[in-house]
Amino acid sequence: MKPIFNRGPSLESRLLIVVVLSLTLLVSDGLYGLFTPVRSILTTLVSPIQYIASLPASLLNASTNRIISQEELITENELLIQQMMALQADNQRYQSLLAENEQLRKLLDAPVKNALPKTVAELMAVDNNPYSLQVLINKGSLSGVYNSQPVIDDQGIVGQIVDVAQTTSRVLLVSDLSHAIPVRILRNHLRLIANGSGELNALNLRHVAHSADIAEGDILVTSGLGNIFPEGYPVAIITSVVRDESQPFSAVKATPLARLDRLRYLLLLGRENTPLETSNE
Amino acid sequence: MNKRYVIYMTILIALVLEVLPMPLNVVVYRPDWLLLVLVYWNIALPQRVNIGIAFICGIILDILLGNSLGLNSLALVIAVYISSLHYQRLRNYSIWQQMGILGLLCALYNLIIFWLQHWLTDVLFQFTYFWPIITTVFLWPWLFWLLRKIRRQLDLK
Repeated sequence: MKPIFNRGPSLESRLLIVVVLSLTLLVSDGLYGLFTPVRSILTTLVSPIQYIASLPASLLNASTNRIISQEELITENELLIQQMMALQADNQRYQSLLAENEQLRKLLDAPVKNALPKTVAELMAVDNNPYSLQVLINKGSLSGVYNSQPVIDDQGIVGQIVDVAQTTSRVLLVSDLSHAIPVRILRNHLRLIANGSGELNALNLRHVAHSADIAEGDILVTSGLGNIFPEGYPVAIITSVVRDESQPFSAVKATPLARLDRLRYLLLLGRENTPLETSNE
Repeated sequence: MNKRYVIYMTILIALVLEVLPMPLNVVVYRPDWLLLVLVYWNIALPQRVNIGIAFICGIILDILLGNSLGLNSLALVIAVYISSLHYQRLRNYSIWQQMGILGLLCALYNLIIFWLQHWLTDVLFQFTYFWPIITTVFLWPWLFWLLRKIRRQLDLK
């Protein structure tokens, strides 16, 4: 029988070293976020494992794409043409409204809002980590992705970038427990903050006064406060308002409009270069 | 002598299995592959796979899962420490006894992660966090058989 340790320190002292090291890492990274700058290098180092893990799914996707029937393609194509016609009809009015809005804003001496640059990204993996809701996308710092960049899908806000590697990055979803987003109600511009609940399709609105004008079915859009999310993108719809007078605030729940459980293509919104922002910097 | 890379290959495969994308309703049952593989190698070859490797694997898993660093490593190190204290006894246990011990180890591992997460981000208790304990226990006999076959075939020491 070989001795368990023929060299180096004993088992207990190794355990002590490693536990102390882990706890130091936990406190410095988990509580104070000291490792955030190094994180992108670390993620880039382990990204080969991510690529291997996403290989079976992408192979499966590729083969289903190859054997998709012509009939399906035709129906899908027709549907897309219909959707495009409808969108283009809306877009005709949008162009004239945009020009009008710009003119009115100029009259008011308010800064004109520019369209934000967008990047399309594809979902690579959904984290299996039950404690945090994050997804991995296939764009990274090489495509100009930066930390806390807002991410949307075709329905609404999905979340923000929390971790950028060279070719991948990680998106924190709006319903994660550690995420909060400043919103306003579309109907009456009431400002609120929507906190994630840890469940995929629920947001909590805290500190809502009992007298606040808020009802089921109200749409929440980003308020643009906090300088992370641009103003006016839809976030969630109110699903329940419970006014229990024995509690200091009403309990308000909302469901994100983005389909967080079936994400596939995502849009990354870039920075806007308004004169206001550049003068601030 | 240089067949030792097979150990690292199995650990790498376990890491890939930990992050393999799965349908949302199956994902809560994902067994703790890394814990199983590390505990097996620790019982079989404690002079090769021990606390140090468990720590490094934990850090890699933390980076892969986007956790705060040190979370999985701490839980893995404690689990591997316990198994390496009793490796001689564990080797001689019957498969049922091993499954029982593995269940306890895995429960401890998941509880440590839950406690740390609760401390860091105030997660609430959900029973679904502890499904992996059951799947891990039932995976152990198969994995044990497979890894032992690999070890004996290649005569790893």
